[in-house]
Amino acid sequence: MAASGKDKKFEWNRKHLLGLRELSAEEITYILDTAQGFEQISTRSIKKAPPLRGKVVVNLFFEDSTRTRNSFTLAASRLSADVIDFTMKTSSVSKGETLLDTAKNLEAMGIDIVVIRHNAGGAPLFLSRNISACVVNAGDGYCEHPTQGLLDVYTIRKLKGSLKGLKVAIVGDIAHSRVARSNMWAMTKLGAEVTFVGPPTLIPAQVEQLPVKVSYSLDEVIGKVDVINMLRIQFERLGGNPFPSVREYSHYFGLTVDRMKKAKPDVLVMHPGPINRGVEMESEVADGANSVILQQVTNGLAVRMAVLFLVNQATARVE
Amino acid sequence: MSSELLIKNGRVIDPANGINKVCDVLIADEKFAQVGKVDKAVKNVINAKGKLVTPGLIDIHVHFREPGDEEEETIASGSAAAVAAGFTSVVCMPNTTPPIEDETDVEYIHRKGRQARKTHVYTMGAITKKREGIELAEMGFMAQAGAVGFTDDGNGVQDPAVMLRALKYAAMFDVVIAQHCQDNSFVGSGVMNSGYYSTILGLPGMDKLAEEAMLWRDIQLVKKAKVRYHAQHISTAGSVELIRQAKKDSLPVTCEVTPHHLLLTEKCCEGYDTNYKVNPPLRTEKDIDVLKQAIADGLVDALVTDHAPHLQSEKELEFLTAPFGMVSLECALGLYIKALIEPKILDWPGLIRLMTERPAKVIGIDKGTLSKGKQGDVTIIDPDAEYVVDVNKFRSKSRNCPYNGWKLRGKVLKTIVGGEVRFSAD
Amino acid sequence: MKVILNSEQIERILEDQARRIISETPPKVEIAVIGIRSRGEILAQRLAEKLSKNRKKEIPCGALDITLYRDDLNSPRAGAGPQVRTTEIGFDVDGKLIILYDDVLYTGRSTRAALDALIDLGRPKAIKLAVLVERSGREFPIQADYVGHKADVKPGKSVQVNLVESDGKDQVIIE
Repeated sequence: MAASGKDKKFEWNRKHLLGLRELSAEEITYILDTAQGFEQISTRSIKKAPPLRGKVVVNLFFEDSTRTRNSFTLAASRLSADVIDFTMKTSSVSKGETLLDTAKNLEAMGIDIVVIRHNAGGAPLFLSRNISACVVNAGDGYCEHPTQGLLDVYTIRKLKGSLKGLKVAIVGDIAHSRVARSNMWAMTKLGAEVTFVGPPTLIPAQVEQLPVKVSYSLDEVIGKVDVINMLRIQFERLGGNPFPSVREYSHYFGLTVDRMKKAKPDVLVMHPGPINRGVEMESEVADGANSVILQQVTNGLAVRMAVLFLVNQATARVE
Repeated sequence: MSSELLIKNGRVIDPANGINKVCDVLIADEKFAQVGKVDKAVKNVINAKGKLVTPGLIDIHVHFREPGDEEEETIASGSAAAVAAGFTSVVCMPNTTPPIEDETDVEYIHRKGRQARKTHVYTMGAITKKREGIELAEMGFMAQAGAVGFTDDGNGVQDPAVMLRALKYAAMFDVVIAQHCQDNSFVGSGVMNSGYYSTILGLPGMDKLAEEAMLWRDIQLVKKAKVRYHAQHISTAGSVELIRQAKKDSLPVTCEVTPHHLLLTEKCCEGYDTNYKVNPPLRTEKDIDVLKQAIADGLVDALVTDHAPHLQSEKELEFLTAPFGMVSLECALGLYIKALIEPKILDWPGLIRLMTERPAKVIGIDKGTLSKGKQGDVTIIDPDAEYVVDVNKFRSKSRNCPYNGWKLRGKVLKTIVGGEVRFSAD
Repeated sequence: MKVILNSEQIERILEDQARRIISETPPKVEIAVIGIRSRGEILAQRLAEKLSKNRKKEIPCGALDITLYRDDLNSPRAGAGPQVRTTEIGFDVDGKLIILYDDVLYTGRSTRAALDALIDLGRPKAIKLAVLVERSGREFPIQADYVGHKADVKPGKSVQVNLVESDGKDQVIIE
């Protein structure tokens, strides 16, 4: 009955969440334990708690994303924060305002937390160096999407108990996927064995130096893994067609009902969303018994609440 | 009335003439009159005891941004920076706005250089109009006006047929065709070396193939056209091997290397500091080792800075969007000493040769030596003086330099152009 | 360090409190016990068992984490913030008499936070506060309905409650 987080003397002191690569396993576990405490806010009748009351959270999204943005907005409001949306397509950046100027403007407005999504790897780090608010990375280029990585491991931990020794396959356009990278860092730190699966043209450079295995065949891997995380093939991002057609891609790498027959009966099927039904997976699999995709969304809220709570907490710290 | 300048008791290093000993250098009427023991009583004497006395240093690859981007650098500020760094001759790249593509552009650069009265300022012209890689530019007129070579630097000439045509056409004139080897189809939207670091930093990478593929292609074209060809700022082990084979095959191929490709690796990009964003990008330790070995083997013909000034506001962007380039003119000598002298890859004559005699030969100017009758360009160096790089003291207009704070050895004391002291460190 | 309550005394206090609650509560009113984490919940569990025995039916018990409702979350502090734990209340609080149990009543701030947390969970019929130990030093106008032991604690000293389930033995000490 008791929560798995014990009364440890662990100290969370990060004002920013920029990526999972620099976090320790202990820090990641602490976030997951904290998220557990936030889960029930979303299920009771008053879906609000006051820890961020009076704080302002800005969604600074330079890339289209209703899903992640809404998740952060909801998480912030559930903690009683005020949320402002800066979707940069419509605002002054399209007129050529630099990221630095945007940061200075936000600073002048006195906001507390910035949630940033940007197409340039390193943009959140850049922002954190030029602003005194907390910075939470909601996705930067191909680099990281830390809250997605966290909610993915949270989902796995909730359903499987622990990630130690678990075998995970991450399938799709790994080369351009920040989700794959964040997943890799979080999962390997928590003891899972990760395999990247995809066509050779979508596997990143010098992957042999990363703590993962690689396979070009989903069929070869599917029977061995406990978790399959299907990545979205981002048609809008792919230049110079790395595979000849959607048809061929889904034939070799799509999660079909037939393929699922070769998988372990209790395998978890995950996807960061939104799903290209019929490409990454067939509808029956997306809606099937092994799919935990909707749970990922629910868990995403608890994880993001935990992250916002923790980075805000770190600002009260005086050494 | 002849104006005379006597430099006494320095260790004179003139690789072209095989001189490496303590003696004197006499300049009269702007030209070298004598190198050896000079007993003459001369009014202007510089005591160079304990210092090195070399032919004026030459950098055949700099960007002075004039015309068009004068807020980043001008020929005046650039050559002031160069002369303070010991350089008596520099070669400007033609990727200005507008580019240097006809004889009036060449004359403009020369005039601005003369007006600045610091270093000799030479220029290369563009190979193709607007550096677009489609139509040849007026190489003939530019050569007549004094352009020392041609390059589309900033871009590589993508179409092999156009490059072949350029080489064939250049055979009419005694000029060198230089190439910024970059096959755009391999580079894509890359902003750093393609490898482990580009993968974990989430940035698009530039494959080494982009440089090596074009270099390989150009060497095949040189086999046909037999025109002098110069590979600019080579950065990979693969490029070194191609050059090695080309020289073995007695092709008229030369190459140059920058200090950052001898001292910095892709790991430097880890903090997303845009001062490390350059083109060609910083590579790996292995590439550095092979480049240093190539220098030791005599395969490399010139050391160049590829001085590329940018405003702070331009560099204060995300790594993905910031412009490429760093400046290093004003600490170049110290950097070469750190990269090559200290690890004993080269001795002093070897280093000076790569900064004087050999680059002069690449571009075909009559400089880089202390030979009698040649223009009296001299650099006096204190090889042991230590200093800390302070970008705020730079004479260049720009500050995009990753070496700020580095402790270096080797200071320029005086730079003499045509017998006139144009820089003195005090 | 001074022991002010031993194992027997603690047990007797809980018996007393259970008896008083039963006698003061009309039989039709549903009772539930909610303990404030972390030691309050253990004591709440014990109290709920005694109440269940008396009423001859299961009295529900839950645990409340008040971290999110504390008023000192954004105050400057040295060191880490408090850890968020789960609130586990597996029943509906609407219409019930909630016995809120805390181990020590001191400034009253924890109780204030617990009340806010409880209100966000639903609408109890009534809330009564029961504590094992009470000491003076209230910073808020809050009093307990059922006090186990009134402790005389000098400023600068603290009251520590140890329980078998969490610390190996039952005792209350001042140190």
